[in-house]
Amino acid sequence: MLFHRLSRLGSRIVKELPRERHFSVSGMRVLQGSYSQYLQSSAVTQRQSRTFQQAFFSSNYNLCTLFSTISETEKINVIFVDKDGEEIHIKVPVGMNILEAAHENDIELEGACECSLACSTCHVIVMDTEYYNKLEEPTDEENDMLDLAFGLTETSRLGCQVIAKPELDGIRLAIPSATRNFAVDGFVPKPH
Amino acid sequence: MSMFLARRLVTRCFSSRPLHVCIVGSGPAGFYTADKLLKAHEGARIDIIDRLPTPYGLVRSGVAPDHPETKIAINQFSRVAQHERCAFYGNVKLGSDLSLSELRDLYHVHGLFRLYLHMVLKLTKILAFQSLGGVFSAREFVWWYNGHPDYSSLKPDLKSSDKAVILGQGNVALDVARILLRPTTELASTDIATHALSALEESSIRKVYLVGRRGPVQAALTAKELREILGIKNLHIRIKETDLSVTPADEEEMKNSRARKRIYELLSKAAAAAGTFEGDCGQRELHFVFFRQPERFLESDESKGRVSGVNLEKTILESVGSGKQIAVGTGEFEDINCSMVLKAIGYQSVPINGLPFDHKKGIVPNVRGRVVSTEPGLYVCGWLKRGPVGIIATNLYCAEETVGSISQDIEEGGVGKSEKEGSKGLMQLLEKKEVKMVDFSGWEKIDAKEKQMGIDRNKPREKLVTWEDLLAAASADS
Repeated sequence: MLFHRLSRLGSRIVKELPRERHFSVSGMRVLQGSYSQYLQSSAVTQRQSRTFQQAFFSSNYNLCTLFSTISETEKINVIFVDKDGEEIHIKVPVGMNILEAAHENDIELEGACECSLACSTCHVIVMDTEYYNKLEEPTDEENDMLDLAFGLTETSRLGCQVIAKPELDGIRLAIPSATRNFAVDGFVPKPH
Repeated sequence: MSMFLARRLVTRCFSSRPLHVCIVGSGPAGFYTADKLLKAHEGARIDIIDRLPTPYGLVRSGVAPDHPETKIAINQFSRVAQHERCAFYGNVKLGSDLSLSELRDLYHVHGLFRLYLHMVLKLTKILAFQSLGGVFSAREFVWWYNGHPDYSSLKPDLKSSDKAVILGQGNVALDVARILLRPTTELASTDIATHALSALEESSIRKVYLVGRRGPVQAALTAKELREILGIKNLHIRIKETDLSVTPADEEEMKNSRARKRIYELLSKAAAAAGTFEGDCGQRELHFVFFRQPERFLESDESKGRVSGVNLEKTILESVGSGKQIAVGTGEFEDINCSMVLKAIGYQSVPINGLPFDHKKGIVPNVRGRVVSTEPGLYVCGWLKRGPVGIIATNLYCAEETVGSISQDIEEGGVGKSEKEGSKGLMQLLEKKEVKMVDFSGWEKIDAKEKQMGIDRNKPREKLVTWEDLLAAASADS
């Protein structure tokens, strides 16, 4: 009889064990799930499509929006001036950010952190002060990244934070020449 | 830091001949250079080799676990590695598995992106006490919590006292301070190595001192990182009001750099907000200690061979022209007691056999990326070219310059005319030497395994932290 009781106890313990584990794991998931899942789902989305990205570390939550389904949105004219002075005229749907627009048009503007405000590689220079003033003030987070940009000017902005709107029609944006403005920690490129 | 051995493309019209390139080092410098080279030359065939079985260099092993957005650049790097004219070969070490001359025989262009390996110890006195237990370079500590296979068994002692001193006030110093002071519940859902998380959960460190020899205007940290650490919940910031007084020379520095000005303002606001609130014993504190330079480490009386504090000399600033101010000792000293010291005062690259090296600057002498040597076809990019400074994006521009030099050399016909075997030759050589290289699909297996293990623990990934585990995962049958 003792053996019988022991074996029943044993089987009870065995049955309880997985349940406990399950509970503690799911408990943990409840606590940390939202943050981690948010990160993970964003990571999955990143892999799926570079055109949709949420800057979760920015208080403004600027979106790199998916535009493939929108075909009738108002578009504005944007002129990129590349490092060689060549002008590239493109049309940008209102609401799209400039980095996104550049990539859609095969313009060489880097976006290393994919709109997360964690780099300054999409740095553009607004060529006319009038247009610069029409932009929203940069957030602290954008300013922190701009501080590290190469060839920083008074009218510099991060391309991923400039959102197309009707008032910006005709805006001219210069892509800083890395080799011309290469000044890291006081390094000055040797003259040719 | 990349060295490119470039074989010369005959001309663009006769692009039947491929350009065989080998890049040593798979960090940002390596990948940005590969990316630009692939775009600039249709015949370029690039092999990226790395000592570790995992690519991405410091993006994987240096970026803090609570900074996942900084690692996004990996997406771009993996696209480069998967390009049909590019290949990644991990677990191949220049020096032991391959020599520079062997690479030279196989490739036209050879680029080197090697990393620092030592902390620069500008004060030679400290070198004498380097062997005290509890004194680590920040790099070792970072590699420990990031699961680098060479440092997973570091076992730093976080339980002997509640104080740690960090020498340096750059972003690396902030990273290690943050990892020591951030609530571990927040760290638990990052890709921090499990052995580090467990150690931090049992840590008794509550007070961290960031020691800099100059003032708040000269601190090497950047605004985003400072903002982040100042915003950590239940972390009390301590800054001496007297340290915040600025001189005209300081004003000048701030005028010339909006970044400096922003940092100074952040520190001032933090000091004002902290006020004179004393708080309770167990709370977490971050002390910014300015105008102090380390004189020597103090050895514990109870546990011989272990550090018990740092002796610091007070400094004042002296202008040395061109807006720069340096720290000068005053002869007054004070101690801070602690059970751990992390040195975060800079890196130094290690010379490579067969390459010239400038020990003072810690770089390979070069002109716009071309290594100064009698052999053509050798290039550098990244820290080995510029010194160990800058952020990930800095390598973007560095790569542009180096690739510009390579392209120019190809145009002018200065680089390589003979037949080179490239990848084929490399494979034969590695096979002969029985080197178990890990290609990109091997890395993908490691990646998948880490992510799978991470799901179970609610982390983006659970890193494999030993050489054995990494190599086993890479060669597992899918």
